[in-house]
Amino acid sequence: MNRFMLFFHKTGSPPWFYGFAGKLIPWLWAGFIILTAIGLYMGLVLAPPDYQQGESVRIMYVHVPAAWMSMMIYAMMAVMGFIALVWRIRIMEVMMISSAPIGAAFTVIALVSGSMWGRPTWGTYWVWDARMTSELVLLFLYIGVIALYNAYDEPRKAAKAASLMAIVGAVNLPIIHFSVLWWNTLHQGSSFSADGSSIHASMLWPLLLMAFAFKFYYGANLLSRARLRLLKQDHRKRWAQEVIAEGLLAGGAK
Amino acid sequence: MSRPALSTAFMALLRRDFLLAYRRRAELLQPLVFLLVVVTLFPLGVGPSPQLLANIAPGVIWIAALLASVLSLDSLFRSDYEDGTLEQMVLSGQPLALIALARIVAHWLVAGLPIVILSPVLALWMNLPEEGVPVLLKSLVIGTPVLSLIGAIGAALTVSLKRGGQLLSLLVFPLYVPLLILATSAVSSAVAGLPYNGQLGLILAGLIGALTLAPFATATALKLSLS
Repeated sequence: MNRFMLFFHKTGSPPWFYGFAGKLIPWLWAGFIILTAIGLYMGLVLAPPDYQQGESVRIMYVHVPAAWMSMMIYAMMAVMGFIALVWRIRIMEVMMISSAPIGAAFTVIALVSGSMWGRPTWGTYWVWDARMTSELVLLFLYIGVIALYNAYDEPRKAAKAASLMAIVGAVNLPIIHFSVLWWNTLHQGSSFSADGSSIHASMLWPLLLMAFAFKFYYGANLLSRARLRLLKQDHRKRWAQEVIAEGLLAGGAK
Repeated sequence: MSRPALSTAFMALLRRDFLLAYRRRAELLQPLVFLLVVVTLFPLGVGPSPQLLANIAPGVIWIAALLASVLSLDSLFRSDYEDGTLEQMVLSGQPLALIALARIVAHWLVAGLPIVILSPVLALWMNLPEEGVPVLLKSLVIGTPVLSLIGAIGAALTVSLKRGGQLLSLLVFPLYVPLLILATSAVSSAVAGLPYNGQLGLILAGLIGALTLAPFATATALKLSLS
């Protein structure tokens, strides 16, 4: 077996994954904190105010990356759900459902920060604009997946049902997006296209840094949640009891 | 024992479902009465102004159709699940997607088609201009099967849960958004004298897409619920 396959099979084992993720998490947090610090400094201090939107453009450095994350995480959930259903890898089931609350939180952040930006710029907190509406529908899809998971008692069955729901939602999401876009639009078009971006570098860099920072946050948060969920599901198994006993010992020694 | 042909199995299931539906006539009427009641509430709520009612008519009728369809979807697989019929169907060796499709077709014929037939009355109540009525009918004819197809996935996912009904509506309503937008826009365009074939074409595309994919997703969900 080559190295990659060995690594692949190892990550499928809960104790190994638990240890490996535990080592990775501090690095991800570090990446998140450093990138956020630089990104926010560039965005809130160095970047110029917009000639039309004024200072409120700075909300964009959180709003746009959060909206990107909300869509990326849903796509990730569909991919992980597919892997979970086809190859029945338990770690993937755990990762899929652990992603859902993070994605839902990013969706809420995108909606709330968008409302806060809309008040001074458009003069209203909420309009039934295409992108806002499809973001709201996305939030409902997230809530649906989480609610379906919670409705089942048996975690593996719950994860499989939630995975299927995530896949069905992902198939529909582009259709929902384009139908809503066609229905009503007030939002500015995307500033990014295949030809490059229409944003000046002084505003583009903090935006991209924040986007990467959020990805590190997702990684760190996801792995922490997945570890905890695994520990909870396996709390009767030996490896989990060893981990818990170690944690109690370390806590007692302090 | 040899396996009967696919078409034989399909027709047998369909016949069984019609017989069951016929014996439970009163239950079938409930979603339709619900539809009528919901549409009645709108003039009472927003006022009887004919112009206002005409403006919101396509949306109101379609939303009422969505609600009525979800109401009847909850019981799509429930009784078969509870008495073990569903398990026997899975064991029968027939493709589960085909069985699911037969159930969906039967559901549309007993729950979706009556909505279509009832809709001219609703259009009359809501003061929808005459130009809109044929388009409303067309949009319902090709749109309500999509409701049954997508809804069946949700019904299959929630069939083993005790209180699946509320969850079912949470799961499927977001998926109905494109259909609602296209259908109401087609009717409004027709009333305004604008072309509406594009919207109807897109709904038809959605129907074909759902018809090819939804039975398989429903079958997967049923297997999950039985595991």
